[in-house]
Amino acid sequence: MIALEVKNLNKRYMFVKALNDFSVTFEKGKITGLLGPNGSGKSTLMRILSGLLQKNSGEIIYDQPLKGKHLKQKVAYMPTESHLYPWMKVSQVIDFYEDFFEGFDRQKVLDAIKVLELSPKSTIKTLSTGQRGRLKVALTIARKAELYLIDEPLNGIDPISRDMILDMLAAEVSDEKCIVISSHLVHEFEKIIDDVIFIRKGRLELKGDVEALRTERQMSIHDLYKEVYKND
Amino acid sequence: MKFENHIPIYIQIIDLIKRDIVLGICKPGDKLQSVRDYALELKVNPNTVQKAYQEMERMSLAYTKRGIGRFIVEEEAIVKKLKHEMSDDIVHAFIEKMNELGYTSEEILSTVKKMLNGGKK
Repeated sequence: MIALEVKNLNKRYMFVKALNDFSVTFEKGKITGLLGPNGSGKSTLMRILSGLLQKNSGEIIYDQPLKGKHLKQKVAYMPTESHLYPWMKVSQVIDFYEDFFEGFDRQKVLDAIKVLELSPKSTIKTLSTGQRGRLKVALTIARKAELYLIDEPLNGIDPISRDMILDMLAAEVSDEKCIVISSHLVHEFEKIIDDVIFIRKGRLELKGDVEALRTERQMSIHDLYKEVYKND
Repeated sequence: MKFENHIPIYIQIIDLIKRDIVLGICKPGDKLQSVRDYALELKVNPNTVQKAYQEMERMSLAYTKRGIGRFIVEEEAIVKKLKHEMSDDIVHAFIEKMNELGYTSEEILSTVKKMLNGGKK
């Protein structure tokens, strides 16, 4: 089932075209990998879809009309930067999220941080990058939403934390959720994604089912990525 | 579990289960792990395990009991059948590679015989 359709989306920053007539559909019940090198438009797309950035032109059609508060309720966005207040304790961040987001599943995040070996008593600034990365993903998936936009969850994260994050994301697949994860670390990701979208210079380069692509091209998504972007 | 990324993962999962059946690690009539549990164990997307299970049903290797779960078919014969299939695949691949090297059927046979005798003529 289609969760959202993007039609001829354009976004310009001064002299740079970040998105150039970008059109694509995202489906529920799947994890979609949004792949492309730095500067290809991944984060811009996510920020526009989550309502944090204004598009210049084009259409975004959700399965129901959404605006303002309702849009923000349905869309859980995780930025790639560290957006948590450094002075807060993990337990305070959880309280903060609970206040902020309707339907936030406190128990889910508490269970998750146990598995992720994080303590509610730790202060954010004392956490390692890997620990912070784990916490961010746990907080995002504990939100009650339909569209999850996870921007570069593995950037700068150690291999053990990466595995934890991938396990956590793979377990989130369900018929009601549309999960989109952006990355340029294709190799780590390809086992957990259903569909892949290659974005190149703000345009859609290729979209497909990963297993079908493997059968068709007899190569890994990682190799396909290298082929798509080799001349850039 | 290490998967090859250039081969569809659901096919590798089916091969994994087939191998377990041949080795007797799981037996005809055994219940397959739930999609979610198996996905977690293999560190793959649950949709991929679902696809593997569906394909196994289509191949008549597994079946669903409503509300209970998925099971390997209760035929002792499948163990033998799978064993034959898997050995055929290996031998086919071997012959193909030997042919590529320019070996004739007789040469392949004599090489294999020699090897089986521990390298002696």
